[in-house]
Amino acid sequence: MAGKILLGTRKGTVIIEKQQAGWFVRPIMHQGIPVCYAAQDPRDGTLWACLDHGHWGPKLSRSHDGGKSWQDVLSLKYPQGARYIVKYLPTEDFDPQAPASDPEYQDASVYKIWNLTFGNSDQPGRIYAGTIPGGLFISDDGGDSWQLNRPLWDHESRGGDLFAGDATSENKWFGTPASIDYGVFEPGIHSIIVDPNNSQHLYVAASSVGVLQSTDGGLSWQGCNQGMLNDYLPDQQAEWGHDPHFVSACKSNANYLWQQNHCGVFFSDNGAKSWQKVSQPGNGVHFGFPIAADDKDGQTAWVVPAKADSERMTIDGGLFVARTTDGGKNWQKFTMGLPQNNAYDIVLRHALDAAGDCVCFASTTGNVYLSEDRGESWLCLGNHFPPVYSVRFADYA
Amino acid sequence: MPKVKLTTHLYRYFPELEQQELWVEGKYVKQMIDNLDVAAPGIKQYLLEDSGAVRRHVLVSIHDTLLIDRKTLSDNVPPDATLYIFQALTGG
Repeated sequence: MAGKILLGTRKGTVIIEKQQAGWFVRPIMHQGIPVCYAAQDPRDGTLWACLDHGHWGPKLSRSHDGGKSWQDVLSLKYPQGARYIVKYLPTEDFDPQAPASDPEYQDASVYKIWNLTFGNSDQPGRIYAGTIPGGLFISDDGGDSWQLNRPLWDHESRGGDLFAGDATSENKWFGTPASIDYGVFEPGIHSIIVDPNNSQHLYVAASSVGVLQSTDGGLSWQGCNQGMLNDYLPDQQAEWGHDPHFVSACKSNANYLWQQNHCGVFFSDNGAKSWQKVSQPGNGVHFGFPIAADDKDGQTAWVVPAKADSERMTIDGGLFVARTTDGGKNWQKFTMGLPQNNAYDIVLRHALDAAGDCVCFASTTGNVYLSEDRGESWLCLGNHFPPVYSVRFADYA
Repeated sequence: MPKVKLTTHLYRYFPELEQQELWVEGKYVKQMIDNLDVAAPGIKQYLLEDSGAVRRHVLVSIHDTLLIDRKTLSDNVPPDATLYIFQALTGG
């Protein structure tokens, strides 16, 4: 049973604690500062928040005392010489078949720290951070210092080693609309998975790129998008250019991977060797942002569907959660405790989490819902939170 | 020696600078910000991107002249100048 829920919101970090009388909301922290992700390191209890200052750049903040005090961590930055090939938003006359023009280079700077993922207990200081513009950072000292993962940054799918010189291959990573607020159109790493049974085995997912994995602790990376289908490129089965919104793995067996993608829900039961589409437009479960895999049963996952990419809102004004227990063959829709009229909530990619029997999600309209029976009924924990960017359970035993 | 005037918003993160008359050595804006970072460790990362360019929504001016070289901050600062560092306004 989880003892706490951490929210990253547009106006700060919120902790909701389980007490004898129920769930209690503590006063907001990082008041007034957008927090795009907040989570607890389960190994030592440290709380982390990814601050998204509008003016002062992204910052990491951590608390060693359960949120009583927070300290800035300023060491996550791109090293001198880190560059990327600039992408621009496609214009109306964009021709994907046209020959690529000469690449334009830009010095890299962190625009957003979008996700933090903690290593296994055999790597006690290891933390991963995913950023816009698409760099993975790794710390081995509990976040005191960070290094850019060069093998992923220098990957041939991004143009090769741009520290060494100009591109040696074509940049196939597209930009994410989530980067537009920062004045760029660049990719972002939003999902990082450490295989709970093998710390050398990692997955990352980036918007408008796809999924990559490493089996050597990040020394090399391979794309793993076999079976993925997009519906916006001339080649629907292209190796790159897929748009995972979030990827979640079963915590006891990372061979079971779930992906809420721009183009539907996809499932893999073989460690991303291949993916299978397990949703259809018009059936409720299809479009959305978050997905949460069950801790123990790889065939079980939850989603909070939205209507469509062109209508990012609930379906017919009613909010529901869907759960599958058979690898996506069937989805069960749960509405008990959730508004069914005039609700237009959208749930962002990091704003759904599952821990044991508990499932929690929160929306950009400031509503937070908790289920303690695996998603079958829901309790509202509040309706007046700021827009919520992330929901993560903490103190989970 | 040039003077620095900061937006009060930064005092939240650098309370040691509040109520201070900030006199910072430097002939160029980059030198001044490097030296300001000695007085208030970490402030450079609030003002500049990783590449050293001024952040998109940060404004710097020497007297009332906006910084021209936002990429390498090579603008000259006269000894009697005031360097203003403030932020663009934003919505809710």
